[in-house]
Amino acid sequence: MTMATTSVTDPMLPRPYLVREVGKETPDTFTLTLDPENGANGGLFLPGQFSMLWVFGVGELPISISGDPALPDRLVYTVRSVGQATHALVSQHVGDSVGVRGPFGAGWPAQAARGRDVIVVAGGIGLAPLRPLIYHVLRNRQDYGRLVVLYGARSPRELLYRKELASWARHRETQVLVTVDYGGLGWRGHVGVVTTLFKYARLQPARSVATICGPEIMMRFVTRELETQGLARDDIYLSMERNMKCGVGFCGHCQYEKHFVCKDGPVFRYEQVRSLLEKYEL
Amino acid sequence: METLERIIAKHPFFVGLDDGFTNLMVSCASNVRFKAGDYIFKEGDPANTFYLIREGRVAVEVFAPQHKPIIVATLGVGEILGWSWLLPPYHWKNHAHVVEDTRAIALDGKCLRTKCEQNHDLGYEVLKRFARIIEQRLEATRLQLLDVYSARR
Amino acid sequence: MTAGHVLATGEATSPGVSQPAFRVLDASQLQKLIDELLRRDYEVIGPTVRDGAIVYDRVSSVEDLPVGWTDEQEPGHYRLKRRQDQALFGYAVGPQSCKKYLHPADARLWSAEREGSLFRIFNNDTQPKQRYAFLGVRACELMAIALQDHVLLDESYRDPNYGQRRAGAFTIVMQCTQAAATCFCASMGAGPGARGGCDLVFTELLGPKGHRFVVKAGSERGDELLTALETSSASEEDVQAVATALQVAASQQVRSIDTSGIKELLYENFEHSQWDRLAARCLTCANCTMVCPTCFCTTVEDMSDVTGNHAERWRRWDSCFTLSFSYIHGGSIRTSAKARYRQWMTHKLASWIDQFGTSGCVGCGRCITWCPVGIDITAEVRALREGGEHGNP
Repeated sequence: MTMATTSVTDPMLPRPYLVREVGKETPDTFTLTLDPENGANGGLFLPGQFSMLWVFGVGELPISISGDPALPDRLVYTVRSVGQATHALVSQHVGDSVGVRGPFGAGWPAQAARGRDVIVVAGGIGLAPLRPLIYHVLRNRQDYGRLVVLYGARSPRELLYRKELASWARHRETQVLVTVDYGGLGWRGHVGVVTTLFKYARLQPARSVATICGPEIMMRFVTRELETQGLARDDIYLSMERNMKCGVGFCGHCQYEKHFVCKDGPVFRYEQVRSLLEKYEL
Repeated sequence: METLERIIAKHPFFVGLDDGFTNLMVSCASNVRFKAGDYIFKEGDPANTFYLIREGRVAVEVFAPQHKPIIVATLGVGEILGWSWLLPPYHWKNHAHVVEDTRAIALDGKCLRTKCEQNHDLGYEVLKRFARIIEQRLEATRLQLLDVYSARR
Repeated sequence: MTAGHVLATGEATSPGVSQPAFRVLDASQLQKLIDELLRRDYEVIGPTVRDGAIVYDRVSSVEDLPVGWTDEQEPGHYRLKRRQDQALFGYAVGPQSCKKYLHPADARLWSAEREGSLFRIFNNDTQPKQRYAFLGVRACELMAIALQDHVLLDESYRDPNYGQRRAGAFTIVMQCTQAAATCFCASMGAGPGARGGCDLVFTELLGPKGHRFVVKAGSERGDELLTALETSSASEEDVQAVATALQVAASQQVRSIDTSGIKELLYENFEHSQWDRLAARCLTCANCTMVCPTCFCTTVEDMSDVTGNHAERWRRWDSCFTLSFSYIHGGSIRTSAKARYRQWMTHKLASWIDQFGTSGCVGCGRCITWCPVGIDITAEVRALREGGEHGNP
């Protein structure tokens, strides 16, 4: 699934976008809001897709789009600063330019999940690529059944979108459960890995579609738990991550057995990758 | 308002156990309440009671000298708190610190373990059930140990 | 082949060809062919001898070609030897392929200029300054070009850099009349006869009837060029001589890959012990990926000048054998040599089929010749099939 916003003539050519806002989520994670320099609908994307973001003279990275797909005039990214390129990205100021290519990739099954319950399981920064799906479900509430959001982070300081999590929980037929691996002073919530939240979740497995995003180990534990809960493999979706240099299937870096994560993914049905998840150094 | 009897009989832990023992459990059970901040038990205390949480949240804490205690897990509705009453030396290994006002059913562990010694079939059934709980906690603890969300591997 | 239209598979076609299929060009006329190409503003790229190997470079004269040279190839071994005759194309393949020019090792994608806190991107310099005419393309190389066409032009996105170089390229295939010991194109269905779209197909013949080429046009462009040369019609014998020469080249091939069920063979043997044996030998030097005519993996490098006002993005060849190839936050996915060799071989022979519909290997044998430790991909396939050690020491 590709959108027309990327350059049709040359998919390797970035378009300059202006930084409109930089917000701090956690000590090392920031959310950037970008506007297309030439205005109009430069912000069209499907939940689960990503962009290649370029910082002048530093480098380019694949970053999931984490904004609201119903707002086409901007692109929003939540970025964790873990290296040189991400650090450069989060250090941009309002008014700076960032190069954008994309949106690329296959997104979350927003269509396939219509009429069904949606279970969103996120670990750490994995909530960022899932947020557009949550926005979409809440904006089109009548098209979906229950929404259950299970979110785990390392510690309370590292929780993303805390205010939104609280506001999502107030929607009808919506359950939001949050946990942290390491509780701290003043944390009155759950402590334990995200799989421990399942026992508190009100699920109807046969009617559910699950979408998972987080570190690969976490996703494996979660898929195991979802199967135990009774979800069908075809109803479980994961977002995979691999090294990407081009984002369009030319450079070969993101191959995951026969799949190119950039164009066949990053979202995959569990059945597509089930046997691959167990393979060491695939 | 469900009776103690119904709650206990329905709980996965008790399902399949001989009716006689379930009744015995019920007869030794009581409703208890704790306020946020209370300690249900502390490390080193004698362990003779276990709890079925009906409402609220309890944190399992590790006591560390010169540190505030460290929460390693929280237990909520429907969960069983405490297994140290089942195995010698019958002392609690952690603190149980109430995070949110909690209602629970307190069950007589001392009574149950005496019965287990006398009746090994019952003992086996009880140990199987606790083994399941311990296995789940261990799996979760292992994943917690991996610290998957950290910035460095 | 009409400019801009690329045929991925199929026999060489001859749309709108005015002459009968086969013609004969005397070897003395080859210079005229080169001159005609130069006159048409092509940069003629052909085989030349340099540094003890046959490498592709600009040619302007027949003298530039490897007259009277042949190659002796074995696993990890390449030597040039003198021939008894004066054949111009009497060798198999050198370490390079047309990939050197069509999908070059370094290419600037674009540049950018900073203007305060903004920047402007300049998509210049993607037009190649000249069109290439490749003289002496082997059937395996022609197939490799078609495979790269598919990867870079026929999928979800189109690489305009490759597309431009490709559209302008004039291809003159020189069919092999002999095989090297490392060749196995016959078993891969990629040769020795040319398959697929090209401009001209040549076969070099020496003998009592003289040093000549039997030629056939594969496109209007090729046909047009032939009419500018002095050719005579090919006799039945000439045509038969070509067929015989191709058969000889095929029968000389001592190596082969049995491709039946090869996809499953590789997918299902992820844990085969043969990978460990391979890992003990493979140096992860990446030679195989550099000489392979179908390997297309690249990386991008971003650079800026000292002032920080000018930035460029370059595309460079990359190899799945490097540690950084699979790096993501937290570390590389494939750290062991075992994983990297397995990735390369599985991709080439199996995943490529799922991704692009054909095998990724054309049986040119370059990876066998240029591997410093002589790993033989054909022997490795056999080892996987037979479940044990086979072939190489």
